[in-house]
Amino acid sequence: MAAGDAIARLVREEGTRVLATLARVTGSIDLAQDAAQDAVVRALETWPRDGVPENPRAWLLVTARRRAVDIIRREARRAGKEAEATMFASAEPDPPEVVRDDLLRLVFTCCHPALSVEAQVALALRTLGGLSTAEVARGLLVPEATMAKRLTRAKQKIAQAGIPYRVPPAEQLPARLTGVATTIYLIFNEGYAAGAGADLVRVALTAEAVRLARLLAELMPDEPTALGLLALLLLHDARRGARLDGAGGQVLLADQDRSRWDQGAVKEGVELVGRALRRTPDRPDGYVVQAAIAACHALAPSYAETNWDAVVSWYDVLLTLRDNPVARLNRAVAVAERDGPAAGLALVDAIGGLDGYPWWHATRAELLHRGGRPDEARAAYERAIGLGLSEPQLAHLRRRLAELPG
Amino acid sequence: MPKYAALIYSADVDWSQPEFAEATKEYNEFGQAAAAVLRGGEALYPTSSATTVRVTGGKGGDVVTTDGPYAETKEALTGFYLLECADLDEAITVAAKIPAAWDGAVEVRPVLEFGA
Repeated sequence: MAAGDAIARLVREEGTRVLATLARVTGSIDLAQDAAQDAVVRALETWPRDGVPENPRAWLLVTARRRAVDIIRREARRAGKEAEATMFASAEPDPPEVVRDDLLRLVFTCCHPALSVEAQVALALRTLGGLSTAEVARGLLVPEATMAKRLTRAKQKIAQAGIPYRVPPAEQLPARLTGVATTIYLIFNEGYAAGAGADLVRVALTAEAVRLARLLAELMPDEPTALGLLALLLLHDARRGARLDGAGGQVLLADQDRSRWDQGAVKEGVELVGRALRRTPDRPDGYVVQAAIAACHALAPSYAETNWDAVVSWYDVLLTLRDNPVARLNRAVAVAERDGPAAGLALVDAIGGLDGYPWWHATRAELLHRGGRPDEARAAYERAIGLGLSEPQLAHLRRRLAELPG
Repeated sequence: MPKYAALIYSADVDWSQPEFAEATKEYNEFGQAAAAVLRGGEALYPTSSATTVRVTGGKGGDVVTTDGPYAETKEALTGFYLLECADLDEAITVAAKIPAAWDGAVEVRPVLEFGA
């Protein structure tokens, strides 16, 4: 069983690389996907029986290329044209740096800003993650037919609009890389938000996002955005074992059993934050700063012993990079922990534009509760509950509401 | 190389009027700067001059005309360019230099070439 899993993982990872190379050679992601898929299926059928070939990637590439040639010939026959498929029938193994560039091209093409965010997420999971269309659909809670259409349309747009299969030039790289990071982060959030009892495919999206972030960090080891993204995802994912109680209810950061955090992931995440910060001492990337905040929590022995000074300072840095009401709210929470509920509440009340955001009301409620203002706290809890949150989050708010005196 | 139509959506202006001379000059400057990839383009009279044509009851039916553009929108189609670029990224870079990109919007559409 374990051997079977190892083969499946190997096939999947090498399958993505073969897809990336074929997309360059054939100029069509669609064709590359069909051909790579075929090779992957064959590998999964034959390797467990006959053993893993000496050079798995070369085996997959040869099989996939042969399949691509077949597809091109068939299409050409149908169109009454002469096939031009011989040019890439050779199977010289590509040097590692070429494979690396192929993968990067695929990353940037799947996450091109001319594609909708939904299309980027779906394409990244389907082509880079190697998930089936059915799995992508289940993971994103979309009917399979809708997802198939979305993927087809995205690949059509890449082909028709001429979205290049290329790593962007240096002057566009920071913005494009941030776009890639956003897509991977969205995938992580889909899985993170799924919670207990949800479809396992959906929960596995967190692991999928960590895998994609790891790939990006391996491909661009000097880019702080890539390092910061991987660090952030690892540090959040490290808390997975402590996030939910036995009944599937959400456990707040303050109440989590920190001995259940994944120390391996914490260590790797913290080291990545350090590496990323050394590369950008002057103006850190937004993902690096968010990862630094997560690292402050990860390194604290308990919630009470958190270095709130450091957390507040990192939020100050974050606000200089991307000032928005939600970041201000999170900073206010850290200030409340450091300076008391009244100081936090003053900051929370000064933030405008969050009247429709349940967490703004929930935070006010909590700080009013702690500050000994039960009537106002009750009203704020009720506002938060009325605005709709997930069931475990609502349960937490109702519990706090019930604890109010009088 | 693929061709792209850059459809210009802006306030519904009359380019022939002297008060738009400055704007027209900006477009001329763009035209010179982008000469290498420009394959054509025209400015259009305002939508008040437009006539929308429909034939009712299928091919050969009655020709029905209505005064005005196909769709009444805040920003109107006021012109277009035809660009020949290596790929969408280059087309986007060029389109971002068309004055409408900061005054309105530019829609970039790949051109379908029959028989290509």
